[in-house]
Amino acid sequence: MSSVSVSGKKPKPLKKREGLKAGLLLMPYAIPFTMFILVPVVVAIVLSFTFFDVINRPVFTGLLNYVSIFTQDTVFLKNVLPNTFLYALVVGPGGYVLSFLVAWMLTQLQRVPRTILALCIYTPSMLGSVFIGVVWRAIFSGDQAGIANFLLMELGLTDQPIQFLLTQDYFMLIMIIVSLWSAMGIGFLAMISGILNVNEELYEAAYVDGLRNRFQEIIYITIPSMKPQMLFGAVMAIVNAFNMGWIGVTLAGANPTPQYAGQLITNHIDDYGFIRYEMGYAAALSVVLLLVVYLFNKLAYRFFGEKEEIV
Amino acid sequence: MSQPVKRRRRNAYSGSRINPSRFSASQIKFYLVLLPLAAFMVIPVLMIVNRAFMPLGELHAFPPRIFASEFTFNNFRALFRLSSTTGVPMSRYLLNSVVITILTVILNLAISVTGAYALSKKRFRLKERLFSINQLALMFVPTAVAVPRYIVIVNSGMLNTLFAHILPLVAMPVVLFLIKQFTDQIPDALIEAAVIDGAGDLTIIRRVIIPLTRPALATAAVLSFQLVWGAVEASNNFITDDSLRTLAFYLNAISTNNTVSAAGMTAAASLILFLPNLIIFIFMQSQVMNTMSHSGIK
Repeated sequence: MSSVSVSGKKPKPLKKREGLKAGLLLMPYAIPFTMFILVPVVVAIVLSFTFFDVINRPVFTGLLNYVSIFTQDTVFLKNVLPNTFLYALVVGPGGYVLSFLVAWMLTQLQRVPRTILALCIYTPSMLGSVFIGVVWRAIFSGDQAGIANFLLMELGLTDQPIQFLLTQDYFMLIMIIVSLWSAMGIGFLAMISGILNVNEELYEAAYVDGLRNRFQEIIYITIPSMKPQMLFGAVMAIVNAFNMGWIGVTLAGANPTPQYAGQLITNHIDDYGFIRYEMGYAAALSVVLLLVVYLFNKLAYRFFGEKEEIV
Repeated sequence: MSQPVKRRRRNAYSGSRINPSRFSASQIKFYLVLLPLAAFMVIPVLMIVNRAFMPLGELHAFPPRIFASEFTFNNFRALFRLSSTTGVPMSRYLLNSVVITILTVILNLAISVTGAYALSKKRFRLKERLFSINQLALMFVPTAVAVPRYIVIVNSGMLNTLFAHILPLVAMPVVLFLIKQFTDQIPDALIEAAVIDGAGDLTIIRRVIIPLTRPALATAAVLSFQLVWGAVEASNNFITDDSLRTLAFYLNAISTNNTVSAAGMTAAASLILFLPNLIIFIFMQSQVMNTMSHSGIK
């Protein structure tokens, strides 16, 4: 952007009034944000240092919860941690790259086909968990009436119906497919409008300067001109990749998932928070998750952030 | 409002291929990828839409039926009948959902756009710090916040009121983030010009920010609508009075009922929940997927 410009040289007294105005503008957002998001998050962080069963007063236990997570929680160490990383590494970058490529291809089409195709591709992310459960349980149902089983048996690839969702063999794979299927969401939409709004003259100028093909065009013009949208897409991809545990629960119909095959850290948090009512422990797990997501987020900012905003 | 005339040059550049106005052979390869992908995305959805209209017998038939042999509204009828037996008519849930969704989405967009403007274009000391707090909140799992949130609701006397539905969803970190990202792309010079013309902050928001971030606002509206329309947290945790609960809550409750006869109702219920999302998206898509090329953003 060529226009960082004049504003850096403003006289000092103006800046103070600017601060006041900014405060007033932020206020309507800041009040509900503080009440319903910030305070609860801070409370949750405090609770992570306690034992809290939701009924009795929390008892301060120091770092015990954190120590337990990494020394005693065998389910966490053996299943949840590897699952979470496998899932996040496939669904996060996979969904992100896919979103960008599909968004880019869509922008190469005229308006009407683009709109229709984008609608089809965006639809799964509008569905909501109930709908997703209904769809994919019907497809991967473990009896002969399941559509996947029916097709496999018709094709002679198997003679026994496969228990897709009740055993651990295919569970993670199916989770990943379903997640990618529903990953073309808000980040994808932002990317479409980001690409469509890149200044056309930039391309023209770049070709004059010796740009040769479409790949170079994407790398040197498209992506740098839509950094804010790339960053938004990346952050959304990261947050989703670590927060989509409900997909496994929806598919299995229960938490925990069969043999913990699809158990992600968010399921583990739900399990402790709302099934065992160990809120302190669940809060500690959430803080661990927050730190992990934060690290990846920092990485995204390194790629796409402006210099000033180092989160 | 006409497209600028494409200038032909001698180099490789032959007019923008982004948002073309005509079909060209070079698009065929994209169709080869996009058409199967779109089919993969949308066929499972059509299947379930179909199931909502399937007679109960066919839902569990062997071989599995993908398309209904006859259309019936029985599943929908059963759904409405069930709600009339519980004392609260479905129209009441629907009314609650509509009121809550409209109010929340409007408030949400209004406060996010002013907040985003302040965080993007104002210069003050805590700017970066405040934005990172928003980002951290965005990353925190909702589950862990549920109990503390409940405590806040109880202590502010909002239990069993419409406020318990609306206020917790009014500030969405994602929406603020999204609108701020697009506001960042508006040149500062444009704002400075408006200031020189004597425009105050609210005028700048109305005349400059809102028109130039329309794709972001439309995207945010789609997202915000989906989140609020489908939200069940308030109905589950903050409301005990059935007549104050939402349609999403009611339809979700039905779907957890795992009986055979519920299968058809679940499909019907999820269709009812999904349709408004679809309608809003179709309504908004021209804003989302349109270039702003004649608006002077560049």
